[in-house]
Amino acid sequence: MISLLTYIAIILGVIAIARLVKVYELSSTLKGVENEAAVSESDTRFNARLMMPFLLAFFAFCVYLTYSYKDNLLPESASEHGVQIDTLFNFNLIIIGIVFIAVNILLFYFAYKYYSKKGVKATYFAHSTKLEMIWTIVPAVFLAVIIIYGLSVWNKITSPIDEKEAIVMELFAEQFKWTARYGGADNTLGESNYKLTADMNPLAIDANDKHAWDDKVVNGEFHIPVNKIVLMYFRSKDVIHSAYMPHFRAQMNCVPGMKTEFHFKPTITTAQMREKTKNPNFDYVLLCNKICGQTHWNMQMKIVVDSEEDYKKWLSEQKTFKEKNMAQVENVLNVAKN
Amino acid sequence: MSSHAHTIDHAHDHGHDDHAHDHAHDHHEQSFWTKYIFSTDHKMISKQFLITAIFMGVVAMMLSIFFRLQLAWPGESFSMLEYFLGKKWAPNGVLDSNMYLALVTIHGTIMVFFVLTGGLSGTFSNLLIPLQIGARDMASGFLNMLSFWFFAVSSVIMFYSMFVETGPASAGWTIYPPLSALEEAIPGSGLGMTLWLVSMTLFVAGSLLGSINYIVTVLNLRTKGMSMTRLPLTIWAFFVTAILGVLSFPVLFAAVLLLIFDRSFGTSFYLSDIFISGQAMEQTGGSPVLFQHLFWFLGHPEVYIVILPALGITSEVISTMSRKPIFGYRAMIGSILAIGFLSFIVWGHHMFITGMNPFLGSVFVFTTLLIAIPSAVKAFNYITTLWKGNLKYSPAMLFAVGLVSTFVTGGVTGIILADSALDINVHDTYFVVAHFHIVMGASAIFGMFCGVYHWYPRMFGRMLNNKLGYAHFWITFIAMYGVFFPMHFIGLTGVPRRYYSNEAFALFENLQSINVLITVFAIIGALAQGLFLFNFFYSMYRGKKSTQNPWESNTLEWTAPVEHLHGNWPGELPTVYRWPYDYSKPGKDVDFVPQTVPLSAGEEEH
Repeated sequence: MISLLTYIAIILGVIAIARLVKVYELSSTLKGVENEAAVSESDTRFNARLMMPFLLAFFAFCVYLTYSYKDNLLPESASEHGVQIDTLFNFNLIIIGIVFIAVNILLFYFAYKYYSKKGVKATYFAHSTKLEMIWTIVPAVFLAVIIIYGLSVWNKITSPIDEKEAIVMELFAEQFKWTARYGGADNTLGESNYKLTADMNPLAIDANDKHAWDDKVVNGEFHIPVNKIVLMYFRSKDVIHSAYMPHFRAQMNCVPGMKTEFHFKPTITTAQMREKTKNPNFDYVLLCNKICGQTHWNMQMKIVVDSEEDYKKWLSEQKTFKEKNMAQVENVLNVAKN
Repeated sequence: MSSHAHTIDHAHDHGHDDHAHDHAHDHHEQSFWTKYIFSTDHKMISKQFLITAIFMGVVAMMLSIFFRLQLAWPGESFSMLEYFLGKKWAPNGVLDSNMYLALVTIHGTIMVFFVLTGGLSGTFSNLLIPLQIGARDMASGFLNMLSFWFFAVSSVIMFYSMFVETGPASAGWTIYPPLSALEEAIPGSGLGMTLWLVSMTLFVAGSLLGSINYIVTVLNLRTKGMSMTRLPLTIWAFFVTAILGVLSFPVLFAAVLLLIFDRSFGTSFYLSDIFISGQAMEQTGGSPVLFQHLFWFLGHPEVYIVILPALGITSEVISTMSRKPIFGYRAMIGSILAIGFLSFIVWGHHMFITGMNPFLGSVFVFTTLLIAIPSAVKAFNYITTLWKGNLKYSPAMLFAVGLVSTFVTGGVTGIILADSALDINVHDTYFVVAHFHIVMGASAIFGMFCGVYHWYPRMFGRMLNNKLGYAHFWITFIAMYGVFFPMHFIGLTGVPRRYYSNEAFALFENLQSINVLITVFAIIGALAQGLFLFNFFYSMYRGKKSTQNPWESNTLEWTAPVEHLHGNWPGELPTVYRWPYDYSKPGKDVDFVPQTVPLSAGEEEH
């Protein structure tokens, strides 16, 4: 019934517009306008006069959005390099903000000011080498600054670090969950082989590699200490995922068949961030940022940034691979004996 | 049949053919099939492209409304969703999460390829290349017909794929494997994905046939006096676009072919070390990143394939409707060429965080930011063209002004995204969605509307209703910024794209009102397209009859009679004496001088 009414409403609507158009055309033919020019002077004037109000409304909308959503934007960066990223972002934002405002003002102002008036002829102005040089060179100079500044930050973020200086860990992605693994006492991740994947060994860790025995696999949440570099390796079991940690301005894809890496130094503990954001429930989070299937939108893991002592205490409570997979490790030891 | 052969012959010896007179008169009645369906006439083919693209565009727009409903009111029941998607994909009117991914995938695919590539280039390259360079038709009318039919068949397959039981392709329009390769990973990667790949293969074939034809026609069939530096900027844009298509689409074809092998024949180009559904797959040694390199080697030129024709169209319209020469004609050509060239060496900026070598990333940062220079030149040249002009606001001119605004507003955020260090945090978030929808989606669609409003009289011999056009523009323009501008803020909150719902994260809990705002604007914008559709089809039969040159334009298409002729001009082809932008030239009585008017004594060209 409702759909029938909808159809009737749509059909009547179309007929109504058709009638209106017809009436309008007949009346303008009677008045004798519109027949000459394809665009009437009054129409041009009307549209030109809408230009500046539109621009003002648009800018007002931008201000309104900034004002009402500024508290929802990501809080200050909780990692060392993230602060540099934010500074770089703000620097670029100022430049592009000026360009955005200035160019739109020029555009809409000219679009309003120079609308066609009786007896006015346009100025024949086909080119000017000087002007064109200006707006080639000025953007080029600004872009040079943006490129050099941007790349210096990028190089700092991505330059390799010594594993010894960092806490080595791994984030393992699969549809639709994360698992974390720590290098353990030797701070080295054991080798893995995807063919070893099993219920007891979801990360396909190779028990033949002794480095694996002290590795610690954790689910649900993982902890990292404040002010220590964390070197993360990423793997995926099935499709591409992306490990995105927005509070640390950190992100890297997890690609099946590949090992990718990213490192950063957290600078604010979860407890400190809860105070700063005045949100007692605040938590850092790891989420998936590459389309990976049905529950892509809910593939998450909690991150806790602890003081060094708390981190050590938490980690000591986690079981090693050897403790969890006794049988496999003993098997390897037996083979070695024989 | 003989009349076809005749036409093509004549198209070849353009210029001063004595037979032209006979030819024009011997064009006899054609059957419905040869005239409307298997037409080899470029004007009819352009209409076929346009109407197919309008159909696909309406489909893609409706899909976007479906998923916007879910984003604004997650989990709520909409009888409309159940009505269109059925009980399986919208049980009790609530969108299924797999279907959500399918909707965003097909929305993107249709918009990028079928509307803005096939629709935009197909329509206007076909209509304008022969008419604006003074040719009787395309170099090969037959290839041109094939190009449309490949496009039509691929459209039908893409449309049909939405109705298969396991759902259409759902891996995002970029179809990254392994997700797109494994049925076990997502149901849409079954038959739906197979159809997607078949459809795109045909699409590429059609696109190549079209592009080769456009290139050959522009190079060989220009009329007497029409040197390359007297070509309208539309033609320059279509020409460079066609070259980009010829160079990049085969790479997509290769990428798709290898994916078909991986899916069906057990090869491992893109697959490696995968454990899924409780089983370790055989494939090892491939790289999913290889696919991304191949895909974006097409994918980035593709965004310029989309935007260049739109920029060409607006150049022409802004100049004509400002009654003023386009400012910096040669700089405009230079920037089209520069953008075309650079578009081939920037693809890696889509891949900064795939684990690609960071140094390689730096190179792509550099090349990508260089594109801002020719783009800035274009924007400033448009604005200078408006300066001290005598602007007449046809709906086309409004869309042209709208395009310049969106091109700038969306373009500047590209500077953020091209900066690899900043991309780490905004990659694949709504910030990206905002950026490309404004700079590419909105700009290109505005360019397309601009072209339709401007050349509708040339296509159908009738005028569109201006008042409806004005309403269409303003509502669309406001709704467009209303939809996409707030997405920057959502992106800076860290919301990833392609999320079925934001409810799983405390981080995103205050974003519901902004999502409602976006959806409301989206619905208003979608409804406004009804004005356009009505205007388009109503005016085809009832619109006011057009005069030969309604916009008082200089280019050659307006020297041909309103009635469509096979061969475009009765009698001889026009001869060109000047560039196309002699508007308001000092010393002339009228404010336009068509290209066919010889230079008067002592007049300088420009």
